[in-house]
Amino acid sequence: MNRGALRAFIVKELRHILRDRQTLTILLLMPLVQVVLFGFALRSDVRDIRLAVVDASPDYATIALRQRFTSSGRFTVVAVARTRDVIEPFFRRGEADVALVFEPGFGEHLTGTEPARLLLAVDASDPNTGTVIQSYSRAVIAAYESDLSSGRGGVQIAMETRMRFNPTLESVNLFVPGLIALVLTLVSALMTAISLSREKERGTLEVLLVSPLRPIQIIIGKVLPYLGLAFANVLTALLAAWLVFHVPFRGSVLLLLAESIVYSLVSLALGVLIAARTSSQRAAMLAAMLVTMLPSALLSGMIFPIASMPGWLSPVTNIVPARWFIVIARGIMLKGVGLPYLWRESLVLVVMALVLMAAAVRSFKPRLA
Amino acid sequence: MRTLRFLLRKEFLQIFRDRFMLRLSIVVPIVQLLILSSAATFEVRSAKVYVVDRDHSSTSRGLIDRLGASRRFIVTDASPSMELANEAMLARKVSVIVSIPNDFERDIVRAHSAKVQLVFNAEDGATAGVTQSYAGQIVAEYARELGAAIMPLAKAAPKMEIRARGWYNPELDYRDYMVPGILVQLVTVVGTLLTAMNIVREKELGTLDQLSVTPLPQGVFIAAKLIPLWLIALFELTLGLVVARFVFHVPMLGSIPLVFGAAALYLIAALGIGLFVSTLAATQQQAMFVTFFIVMIYLLMSGLFTPVRSMPEWAQWITQVNPVKHFIEIMRAVLLKGAGFTDVLKPLGALAAFGVLVLALAVRQYGRRVG
Amino acid sequence: MTTSSRSELAIDAKALTKRFGEFTAVDHITFDVGAGEVFGFLGANGAGKTTAIKILVGLLAPTEGEARVAGFDVRTERARIRRNIGYMSQRFSLYSDLTVRENIQLYGGIYGLTDTQIRDRTVVLLESLGLTSSAGDLVGSLPLGWKQKLAFSVALLHEPKIVFLDEPTGGVDPITRRQFWEQIYQAAARGTTVFVTTHYMDEAEYCDRISIMVDGKIAALGTPAELKAQFGVTSVDDVFVKLARAATVSA
Repeated sequence: MNRGALRAFIVKELRHILRDRQTLTILLLMPLVQVVLFGFALRSDVRDIRLAVVDASPDYATIALRQRFTSSGRFTVVAVARTRDVIEPFFRRGEADVALVFEPGFGEHLTGTEPARLLLAVDASDPNTGTVIQSYSRAVIAAYESDLSSGRGGVQIAMETRMRFNPTLESVNLFVPGLIALVLTLVSALMTAISLSREKERGTLEVLLVSPLRPIQIIIGKVLPYLGLAFANVLTALLAAWLVFHVPFRGSVLLLLAESIVYSLVSLALGVLIAARTSSQRAAMLAAMLVTMLPSALLSGMIFPIASMPGWLSPVTNIVPARWFIVIARGIMLKGVGLPYLWRESLVLVVMALVLMAAAVRSFKPRLA
Repeated sequence: MRTLRFLLRKEFLQIFRDRFMLRLSIVVPIVQLLILSSAATFEVRSAKVYVVDRDHSSTSRGLIDRLGASRRFIVTDASPSMELANEAMLARKVSVIVSIPNDFERDIVRAHSAKVQLVFNAEDGATAGVTQSYAGQIVAEYARELGAAIMPLAKAAPKMEIRARGWYNPELDYRDYMVPGILVQLVTVVGTLLTAMNIVREKELGTLDQLSVTPLPQGVFIAAKLIPLWLIALFELTLGLVVARFVFHVPMLGSIPLVFGAAALYLIAALGIGLFVSTLAATQQQAMFVTFFIVMIYLLMSGLFTPVRSMPEWAQWITQVNPVKHFIEIMRAVLLKGAGFTDVLKPLGALAAFGVLVLALAVRQYGRRVG
Repeated sequence: MTTSSRSELAIDAKALTKRFGEFTAVDHITFDVGAGEVFGFLGANGAGKTTAIKILVGLLAPTEGEARVAGFDVRTERARIRRNIGYMSQRFSLYSDLTVRENIQLYGGIYGLTDTQIRDRTVVLLESLGLTSSAGDLVGSLPLGWKQKLAFSVALLHEPKIVFLDEPTGGVDPITRRQFWEQIYQAAARGTTVFVTTHYMDEAEYCDRISIMVDGKIAALGTPAELKAQFGVTSVDDVFVKLARAATVSA
């Protein structure tokens, strides 16, 4: 008898979900749009660097060096001026990224006793871009220098570089595992919390509690459709990522699936807890956003690397379940590793799931008493 | 207008009586600002290095020492085995492997040229790129030292003295760079979300229909909705700026009134989007989802997380119609670089144009409701 | 059937129709309401009453047909209509997070009453409802019956020619319902036309004239006495039952 009741309940939940077309569309679109954006548009490689040149006394050397910059393919000279005071306005207006200032008599000094001086001023408001621009600029200058001195000495060390796990430095590769976490959190935590608290608010939850369904069955019945939805969502995103952007999937699909289920359970339990502890639907919505979505997006290492965070913050990220899941997903997808490397993180997730699920079930019991 | 006065009074009364939302609108953005300011950094800290040195010469050790001496690299392990190094990288113990071949010193002395191999964990392509830049600079510097040591008599070699200076962020503090953008995000979410949810709430409660039946002009209704929220968003910005200044000591080189002027313009567009969303959603939940969806796209395509100039051409064109992008540009220019009114004239103009456009579209869409 | 002279008509609808895609909610209804009448617009749930009222108050545009309310056309003169009518909807029109007094002031202001008028009429309204001591209470804290009576009074605050009441007595006890109808009679006695929709057939007895909608059409129109005689029954409820049985049942 309980089986039938549970099934009827699940069917009702599915109907609810499918009827809210708008929310459903957004749920399905959101990860797809993000994959597309990250795949096509969002990059961090530095290209098309705008160079402002300050050259009070142009000579063979300054012109040659200028041409080196242009022919490197990375730089475009946007202005040539005689005095330094152009730099400030250019930087302020965001019209140049770097300025090269030759001291007067540059070419003479090159062959003389005093060193030829030049100033490389980089707009370093974005520190990373600034660093990369500086290093590219230095490379161009160094190449010129070594050409000048070839035959007359100078040592060259050629640096062979290999970028492992992501040779093309695609940001989408980094992002997709995090996206899975986000989608799972969104559906499992947020939607469950909203749906449960809506029933609570409307009073239909009490009807359920009075029915032959046991609390654990009510939870399962609520949770199963959202679990299904979450997975459908993840699969579409993964397919899009793989087909369109060739995001690698080097490890075991089954392992990722299993880990995703564990992570979903953690999020679901959180959603249930939030619904149980809040008094209105609006409060549940916002609490779920705050407690599950934001940390999963900001503190999980999905966008901002945990290694970059200040010392006091990185331990805090340990309580964010998404943080562990992302390590696992990245390991499986980008590195192709399995449990032997990921057992620690998996264990953390399993423990979180057990603890939170127990708490969630218990939070429903008092209502019967 | 007299009716506007009455409506505004109602809106303010309702807003201040809704304790829950009030607390939320103040606490959440500030908490987010505090955490995000610390978390939102792409700063590349020290990378752990595994050295596979097959040369064991003083020259090779010299390179390793140079790497370790810089703040950017920490040599944590060494062995002659590349397999062990790969293992360490797989196990996430190191993110860089430096491999020096066994004829390194000999090649330098005889041929003045040698190779080293660096392997980077490029899961995070951006970080890997920056780490590569640092490594490249150190290697080049070392090569120069070696050159000077080996051939000290080559006084015919041209010497250049390069002074490199980073403007506007001498500490290379990522937080200073991110906070202006975070403030924009804050203000956007508060403005757009509150607007959408506020109007949809009246829809849900039925009071919206009641007002439609009165002689209240639509323009007055919309103005009465938007003005209080506009003020609240500006208030949030003030709070955010205070926190940024006194807690994080973010530099504020430029004119604060200019910042507020830009914000006032920007918010017209942001609130307009909220108004537009309110016509699409029937429940507050839908309003929340749609808002977050749209705001997310705007934020991602605004240069907040990844530089606009790194985007492909077509994407950069799209960002031109994104008011968030222009506002972030202005914030960064004014706060970090001390830009003045004339410096940010272009983005300001874009903001004004968008404000008007978005609001007009939203009002028109809103008017279509009466079928 | 009672007729009214055209120039005095408060509401005049001719072949009014509203379609939503395939579905016809209001199907060529024709009726009129004279000034000062209490007109009951009856029908079961889903018969099209709410849609019809929304057309009359200018919330929806008709697909076909025409209607004039307070002498103004519902398609082209909506702004004028709005100034001359009052409206109380099913789902309470007052703001539960504003006080009684604040709600009255708000609607007074919206309808263009001067500050003096608002002040004076507030006093009168509060006294007539016995709410003077609760003027500073949030409307949300009032019991349902009081909310409804207050909403009705607020709808009359600007002394409109016609007041539309959409299911005003839903979910309220019989005594409160009777009190509400007394309020309606008082308004009618002052010359206000009252257009009320309801699915409580017994309330029909209180109206001057009624119409009964079935499946989007007007199936009966006249005074309660006329209709009872026409169908040979003793209550309006029975009239409705007869009509419902005769109506084609759509899936």
